[in-house]
Amino acid sequence: MSDLPQDPASRRVDPAGVVIALALAGLAAVLVWDASQLQSNNPYGMGPHAMPIVIAVGLGILAIGNLVEALRGNLPERESADPKAVWLILGGLAMLIAIIGLGGGFILATTALFVTTATAFGRRAILADLVIGLVLTTLIYVAFSRLLTLSLPAGPLERLF
Amino acid sequence: MDAFVALANGMAVAIQPMNLLYALIGVLLGTAVGVLPGIGPALTVALLLPVTYKLDPGGSLIMFAGIYYGGMYGGSTTAILINTPGESASMATALEGNKMAKAGRGGPALATAAIGSFVAGTIATIGLAFLAPWLVDFAVNFGPEDYFALMCVAFVTVSATFGNSPVRGLTSLFIGLTLGLVGIDKLTGQARLAFGIPELLDGVEVTTLAVGLFAVGEALYVVSRRHHSEEKLEPVRGSLWMTREDWKRSWKPWLRGTMFGFPIGALPAGGAEIPTFLSYSTEKRLTKHPEEFGKGAIEGVAGPEAANNASAAGTLVPLLTLGLPTSATAAMMLAGFQQYGLNPGPLLFAERPELVWGLIASLFIANVMLLVLNLPLVGLWVKLLAIPQPWLYAGILVFATTGTIAAKPSVVELSMLAGFGVMGFLMRRFDFPIAPVVIGLILGPIAESQLRRAMSISLGDPMALLQSPVSATLLAIALIALVAPFVMQGLGRFKANED
Repeated sequence: MSDLPQDPASRRVDPAGVVIALALAGLAAVLVWDASQLQSNNPYGMGPHAMPIVIAVGLGILAIGNLVEALRGNLPERESADPKAVWLILGGLAMLIAIIGLGGGFILATTALFVTTATAFGRRAILADLVIGLVLTTLIYVAFSRLLTLSLPAGPLERLF
Repeated sequence: MDAFVALANGMAVAIQPMNLLYALIGVLLGTAVGVLPGIGPALTVALLLPVTYKLDPGGSLIMFAGIYYGGMYGGSTTAILINTPGESASMATALEGNKMAKAGRGGPALATAAIGSFVAGTIATIGLAFLAPWLVDFAVNFGPEDYFALMCVAFVTVSATFGNSPVRGLTSLFIGLTLGLVGIDKLTGQARLAFGIPELLDGVEVTTLAVGLFAVGEALYVVSRRHHSEEKLEPVRGSLWMTREDWKRSWKPWLRGTMFGFPIGALPAGGAEIPTFLSYSTEKRLTKHPEEFGKGAIEGVAGPEAANNASAAGTLVPLLTLGLPTSATAAMMLAGFQQYGLNPGPLLFAERPELVWGLIASLFIANVMLLVLNLPLVGLWVKLLAIPQPWLYAGILVFATTGTIAAKPSVVELSMLAGFGVMGFLMRRFDFPIAPVVIGLILGPIAESQLRRAMSISLGDPMALLQSPVSATLLAIALIALVAPFVMQGLGRFKANED
């Protein structure tokens, strides 16, 4: 049995697991703080703060459980990751949010996400992807606004229709 | 007899031309999206939810039935042809199905999956039609404390009892429960966990969470380990049709798979993994061709696929009769009901029978449509699978964000989508299950309001939970299901130490 704690190689403390446990404990603290801000004027039954406290207690216990797993090194093996590609997609999402927030419209925003994602997956033809993205998102825009009569945020490009 | 009359009325609703069209669109969209690698039925329903915003509830639910079954069928096509099951329920199918495709028997593998899904779906939907009224009669007498206890059972079985680690499953559930607290408390009008952000007062959208966790999270995860795995699409060579021998070897596994899938799906036992793997191991034991297992045995595709579809119909039993989702897909279906202010449960059967029975009847129709359409159209689905990975994931992300932009084009909502995406990525990396988060978010607020209703009836006496025999039994089951995996783990360690 390889997943048992006797195995010296798997006994190493997993720092990522400790971070997860700390994050859960922090979340529990936020819940308790938020519940303390609530007013309870309910003499019978449960007020709005009861459930958050119950969940906070649960999160606290699970933080300990995760900490124990991390100290025992019981977390699953992880393969090496490619952080650059992940950041590229997250950058694309940030661009999308910024363009929508600044009123740049649906087509430009989703095209930015299309191009960055394709690049993150190893494409190196930004210009071609830009054209594909523009065509695809324009088609989606037209389909949503005409066929489904759902309005998507309009920017300079959308006003051409 | 009631079930017959009700089902006939439902059929009359479902075969109206417009509703047939909705079912057809649902089936086609569901298959097209479900066939894309990495997209399981839950995400298919989440992605296509915005498409149904402008329809009336009846048409929208009928389209949903099509999307649901189409997504399931699409998922098994992916599992067979490129061995990347979009969800754990298709894993057993991928085991033998992909081997069959490699051996040039992709056609019969797809055919036995399609026909098996049809057989299982039809039997299970009949089971649903007959079981539902009976359960509804039973559930009508449920008090709020009984509902609360029932939800506790679902919470535990979905997160702790099955899966690799009860601690990680429960952690996922509690993250979902925390997200469920966000927003205005309905009873007192006070904001919880909103931090003064107006967009958070309405709470966390289930679709935003599901699309973030499943679509964005999956894209981030796949790109992070792009160098590790090479996906290979197996072309469909040779005949599409099953030989007489294939039929002879398939029909019993179909029926056995259905027998595993439907009851386990109908219990709040969480997911289709157990029936599919039970079916796989049973077929492996009973087969007359044991030498073929591991090299592409048709029984190993027929059984698990039938079990998968039967359990999908089975999860509709607790969903429709009790409002209790026990899988991520069922949680998305519940979100679909909620967008029209409908709450599944005994009341919905009494108040809107045409909706519920129209939906059940549409499941039959969707099943027939899938059988008729999918084998002839398999060439088209295979072309979708051949889209190069960069464009495929770029397109998935564009479509995923489009849904959120259409629903709520705000910076806060989109930031939440991105945040849930990062969370989904980390959860995959550290092997936390995702479905419990979605179920916690959608079921948590319902459980809380039932509990508070029970407490205000009993004037704050918590013993009321134990005074109802139904609720006391269910809470005991939940407790046993919660403790059992830890005890088993402890026993396992004890035994290992003795050696």
